[in-house]
Amino acid sequence: MTTITFPLPSLPQGWAAEKDFKPVDKAIKEATLERTIEPIGPHFLAHARRTRHKRTFSEDDRIQAQERAKKVEVDDDSDISEPEDPMTLALQAKDWKTQDHYKVLGLSKYRWRATEDQIKRAHRKKVLRHHPDKRTSSGKTDDDNFFKCIQKAADVLLDPIKRRQFDSVDEEADVEPPTKKQLAKGGNTFYKLWGNVFKSEARFSNKKPVPHFGDDKSTKEEVEEFYNFWYNFDSWRTFEYLDEDVPDDTENRDQKRHTERKNANARKKKKIEDNARLRKLLDDCLAADERIKRFQKEASAAKNKKRLEREAAEKKAAEEAKAQKEAEEKAAKEAEEKAKADREAGKKAKEAAKNAAKKNKRVLRGSVKDANYFVAGDASAAVIDAVTKDVDLVASKIDTDELAALAGKLNGLKLADEIKSVWKGEVEKLVSAGRVKESELKAFNA
Amino acid sequence: MSEMNTPKPDPDNRIAIGVTFGNANSSIAYVVDDKAEVIANEDGDRQIPTILSYVEGEEYYGQQAKNFLVRNPKNTVAYFRDFLGKDFKSIDPTHNHASAHPIEANGTVSFQVKDKAEEDAEPSTLSVAEISTRYIRRLVGSASDYIGKKVTSAVITIPTNFTDAQKSALTSACNDAGVEVLQLISEPVAAVLAYDARPEAVLADKMIVVADLGGTRSDVTVVASRGGLYTVLAAAHDYEFTGEALDKILVDHFAKEFMKKNPGIDPRENDRSLAKLKLEAESCKKALSIGANASFSVESLAQGIDFTSTLNRLRYETISRTVFEGFTRLVESVIKKAELDVLDIDEVILSGGASHTPRVASNLKNLFPESTNILAPSTTATAINPSELQVRGAALQANLIQGYEAEDINQSTHAAVTTVPHVTNAIGVVSVSPSGEEVFVPIIPTETAVPARRTVTVPAPKDGGDVLVKIVEGNTHIKVTKPEPKTQESSSKAAKVEDAEDSNEDSDASDEEEEEEEEKREKVWKIGTTLAEAAVRGVKKGGKVEVSITVNTDLSVVVTAKEAGTKNFVRGTLSG
Repeated sequence: MTTITFPLPSLPQGWAAEKDFKPVDKAIKEATLERTIEPIGPHFLAHARRTRHKRTFSEDDRIQAQERAKKVEVDDDSDISEPEDPMTLALQAKDWKTQDHYKVLGLSKYRWRATEDQIKRAHRKKVLRHHPDKRTSSGKTDDDNFFKCIQKAADVLLDPIKRRQFDSVDEEADVEPPTKKQLAKGGNTFYKLWGNVFKSEARFSNKKPVPHFGDDKSTKEEVEEFYNFWYNFDSWRTFEYLDEDVPDDTENRDQKRHTERKNANARKKKKIEDNARLRKLLDDCLAADERIKRFQKEASAAKNKKRLEREAAEKKAAEEAKAQKEAEEKAAKEAEEKAKADREAGKKAKEAAKNAAKKNKRVLRGSVKDANYFVAGDASAAVIDAVTKDVDLVASKIDTDELAALAGKLNGLKLADEIKSVWKGEVEKLVSAGRVKESELKAFNA
Repeated sequence: MSEMNTPKPDPDNRIAIGVTFGNANSSIAYVVDDKAEVIANEDGDRQIPTILSYVEGEEYYGQQAKNFLVRNPKNTVAYFRDFLGKDFKSIDPTHNHASAHPIEANGTVSFQVKDKAEEDAEPSTLSVAEISTRYIRRLVGSASDYIGKKVTSAVITIPTNFTDAQKSALTSACNDAGVEVLQLISEPVAAVLAYDARPEAVLADKMIVVADLGGTRSDVTVVASRGGLYTVLAAAHDYEFTGEALDKILVDHFAKEFMKKNPGIDPRENDRSLAKLKLEAESCKKALSIGANASFSVESLAQGIDFTSTLNRLRYETISRTVFEGFTRLVESVIKKAELDVLDIDEVILSGGASHTPRVASNLKNLFPESTNILAPSTTATAINPSELQVRGAALQANLIQGYEAEDINQSTHAAVTTVPHVTNAIGVVSVSPSGEEVFVPIIPTETAVPARRTVTVPAPKDGGDVLVKIVEGNTHIKVTKPEPKTQESSSKAAKVEDAEDSNEDSDASDEEEEEEEEKREKVWKIGTTLAEAAVRGVKKGGKVEVSITVNTDLSVVVTAKEAGTKNFVRGTLSG
């Protein structure tokens, strides 16, 4: 705001206007020029804010002021005020090792999450309230035990190394693993409760960020990463805070060394116990984790699927082979049977033919016997023998059909001449065909 | 511009720096605890030459690359910034004479350099965009090394006459280098911001001339600073009166000196000797800005002959007179272009490398009246290093906007927000001088962007009582008082008189004959149209009246007159 040295004029006599304001001219409108302001600097930022939100100067001032006021409220100690319970107030300074430093400063809901700034502000607030001088002035006893506790708490918590040592053994910050009863509710309780457990354990991790526990929608990779991380957990947790006090007197060195050794061993032991505890926690969680079971089932299902497919294919192939073999066997058997039947039929026919030939031969022989061997009277043995020989010769020279025809011709004939003419005809036929020489058939030509 | 590779960092995780990517030199700056720190690169330079050099496949940049101009000019790319986003026909390759020459390839300006290690490798053809990307990558890499975190974003300064094509070429070159461009801001306003962001700076309505005297170009700009809002009223760009021109004068001077001692050998005819001369001339020039004497020595300047000489500042100023006067004329011409007078200028900011020269500042001091504040190292002890002004401004702007979404920034820099009416006449109130004359008291000065709000406190008459608040428009004009003719030769400058608004009255005042007279020129306010009258009644004796005027976007004027410290006030509106 500029201040001017020259004064304003006095109001002339007789000047009057409605509400003491008299517009005269509106000349401003013509006297403007469109130009581009450079979008640079804090004042442009304010201009842009006003223009874009269509605020006037006073509106913008008010809104900005409100925003600033809000910031002041955030700076307020509202986040570190906790009611003090009488148990805490009655703490004894000599028991500082066992006191809950966060609770003493009123930060029990933040614990290891409390920032340095919060601790500082909380400490200051407590100091202002519990300063021994104030207590005595308000007529209370000059018991400054709690004040000492506050100082000790701030001592520990504002030193990063001491604070880590305290955080390491701060059981209040631990989250108990869920019981079966809690988990019985089902749904997402499992993930929520175990998730909280690991969130609290994660405070000891040297490696950040710590993977999340996730929920039932987590992928296999996420879950595996989670468990791998935790099974290879790199913890900064130490147990120095629980050390026995080392006597600092110089007269007994052995005693001092003994205590130091004892402490070191105790720390080591506690560390091992802690690792075992975490391992057990993980095992319990892993055993109850439905996701792992699901992944295993899925994996085995995928594996089995392959095997089953292979087996089915094998079975099918075997069945096909068997069916083919059976079919082949059946065909072979049938062929064999057929051949056998054929053979038997052939045999029968042969035998029948043989029998017929025998019969025909008998007819032939019978015919010559009926013709009395073409001689009158009793035929001598020699004649019989010669005729029979000729008959056999003829019979052997002609085939079965001719034999049958001949037998047919001879059958029923009783007269010797007829029989003889038939034979003669037959013999002539054979001779003319050149199958038999005339000389061979002595009897018929006799 | 490729949308695909635009980096989009989260506003909360941005590391934003300010970058000045100049034709001759570049700088980087970062804001630490609300103070802009100019970052020195690995070589310790805060002014990093905009040069890339390739030697056996190794890339060098900055001062190291500049030194290679002597031994490896063919594979050294310099002065390429101004080629970005331009076609081959429109570029000026003068400055590339002693380095890799620009060629036209694939329709863009390119350079052919051997950037591979193999002996027989073909030279690569690199577009100017690729060169810029590589250079910016190195520049931002240095910033990342300094800060210890990866730089994600940058605000980059550009000359006021950069075209849209140049802007988008620069933006995509940055994006290719993995850097998000938060905003491109104009160089003169960045310089103004660097001064206005100083803790001791008070917010005032000022008329500022920014004279940026760079290596290869000079830009002079008139900026109206109104309540922290900056409006560029006029700008001039010059490629003659530059730092390079001063180097040229020194090169010629020393070449002649050399030839005097070694007749027949002109070191300017040999490329290598010329490069050596140039490098030494530049450091000699810088030395003369600081001390009154400077030595000039080059080993084996030409034909194995060493050369040593000295130069004092007076001689330097004499031989460079044309350039220095050129600077002054340039400034004058821009003021004229803005239809203003030297008397209207409240502040002159000298920026750029050549501004270190004391003579430039003293010339300007003579041009402007006593009341004008010349911000240069030789005239003002508290002046900021002129070479660092722009990059500081850019860093401050980067710090200011890095928390905003990219979309938010785009919206805010949109023409709908930035283009607003500016009042051409001042609006003020009438007060009374002791002699009874009416005097105009400006409340809202000319060239103020609306909406605007200003308040002044004016004393009431001695006896108090009822007070008249008369809101009027006002103009300035230059009143020239001619003294009685004197015989004595005037030693003062003979400035051309240019009347800002009203030339009828004094047009006869400027002519040849007045050169011999010492005239008195002053800026006088003239009361124009009355806009409104208001009465504040019953003001106490010795009381004061606060007069507040708000001009809204619709050009309506709200006047509030209030007795200071009371609730006695009148308010009225002039609807536009």
